[in-house]
Amino acid sequence: MEPKDYIAARVAQEILPGTLVNLGIGLPSLVAGYIPADAGVFFQAENGVIGMGARPPEGMEDPDLTDAGGGFITAVPGAAAMDSAMSFGLIRGGHVDVTVLGGLQVDGQGRLANWMVPGKMVPGMGGAMDLVGGAKRVIVAMTHTARGAPKIVGTCTLPLTSERPVDLIVTEMGVFAPGPGGLGIVELAPGITLEALRAVTGAPLAA
Amino acid sequence: MKSALKTEAAAAMIPDGATLMIGGFMAVGTPHRLIDAIVAAGPRDLTIIANDSAMPGKGIGKLVSAGLVARMVVSHIGLNPETQAEMNTGRIAVDLVPQGTLVERIRAGGVGLGGILTPTGLGTLVAEGKRIIEVAGKPYLLEEPLRADFALIAARRSDYVGNLEYFLTAQNFNPLMAMAADTVIAEPEAIVPVGVIPPDAVRTPGAIVTHILERPA
Repeated sequence: MEPKDYIAARVAQEILPGTLVNLGIGLPSLVAGYIPADAGVFFQAENGVIGMGARPPEGMEDPDLTDAGGGFITAVPGAAAMDSAMSFGLIRGGHVDVTVLGGLQVDGQGRLANWMVPGKMVPGMGGAMDLVGGAKRVIVAMTHTARGAPKIVGTCTLPLTSERPVDLIVTEMGVFAPGPGGLGIVELAPGITLEALRAVTGAPLAA
Repeated sequence: MKSALKTEAAAAMIPDGATLMIGGFMAVGTPHRLIDAIVAAGPRDLTIIANDSAMPGKGIGKLVSAGLVARMVVSHIGLNPETQAEMNTGRIAVDLVPQGTLVERIRAGGVGLGGILTPTGLGTLVAEGKRIIEVAGKPYLLEEPLRADFALIAARRSDYVGNLEYFLTAQNFNPLMAMAADTVIAEPEAIVPVGVIPPDAVRTPGAIVTHILERPA
């Protein structure tokens, strides 16, 4: 199993039946594939739909029905469409139960940086700042390192997405709960030792 | 009853230096015929207020490629490397605004509010230079309203008086922008007789739509 698939499958275990969930683009979007269709989970795409479904068959795409990455989607029974003010009202207003986002850096207290690398890559924050600030539970799904460098760091050197700390970090090395006392270990992935984790983790581990 | 506006005539209305709100999310729900006509007419130094700068060769990306844009107020430019390059060389000034804040600033501009108070952006670069106002013990950023000279609106259908109906994720910023500009030009995919769009389905009342673009050729 590729790290990203392992991460997506593990995040899916955190998604409770009957919840409203927003998945970021990239790795987080893979989580949907691990949620059973009968779980009653509704996925929001912040460009204006609750109840997005899988990509339609080739040639049957509706140009007016896309996800937040611009890809074609379907709408499941019970779906609802809305404008951007309502979509972000749902996000900022605390109506979204869980958001799963990618990360460039997260510190041991859970502060996330995921919207720019000054001077190099400035995609913009899109909806990330509203999602991290507004969703009831924020899960970061990311690989543990980038080109060998830790992504869980003592202090974020990249601009923060929000001052609100995230609730959970899932990587291919385990599941972590950041907090004031440092990075708490919820579980280690099979075969991962504490020493191996420490070697590629920049934040202090909670006692 | 309004008369249909020719696409070239619509583009000719837009002077150099104009501020345009343009609907759309990654070129979905974007008025493509108006954008093509503006590229052909070539007004310079435009300010574009929109969710994103789409991709090169698509939607708002065409305005960037044509060199017509001086400033953008957007939430995301990640899928358009041309916008990023123009920002890095300083040819286009880009104000990045959180998406939920951007849409509420536009809404505020359209509904006569002096701004909005939002927690989004507190403790980040977005908060720099902005007032923080406490309400019931909680801090919020004061974000000011946005307005434009023109709103370019994509709709699925318009009737003869300009009542607009939107479908699915092509709504996005369109109904908000239609409230926030001095001149509102609607580009519908189809124009239907009055009554075909039921009053409850009208999202933008024709009373605020200045012009309806002619039907697609």
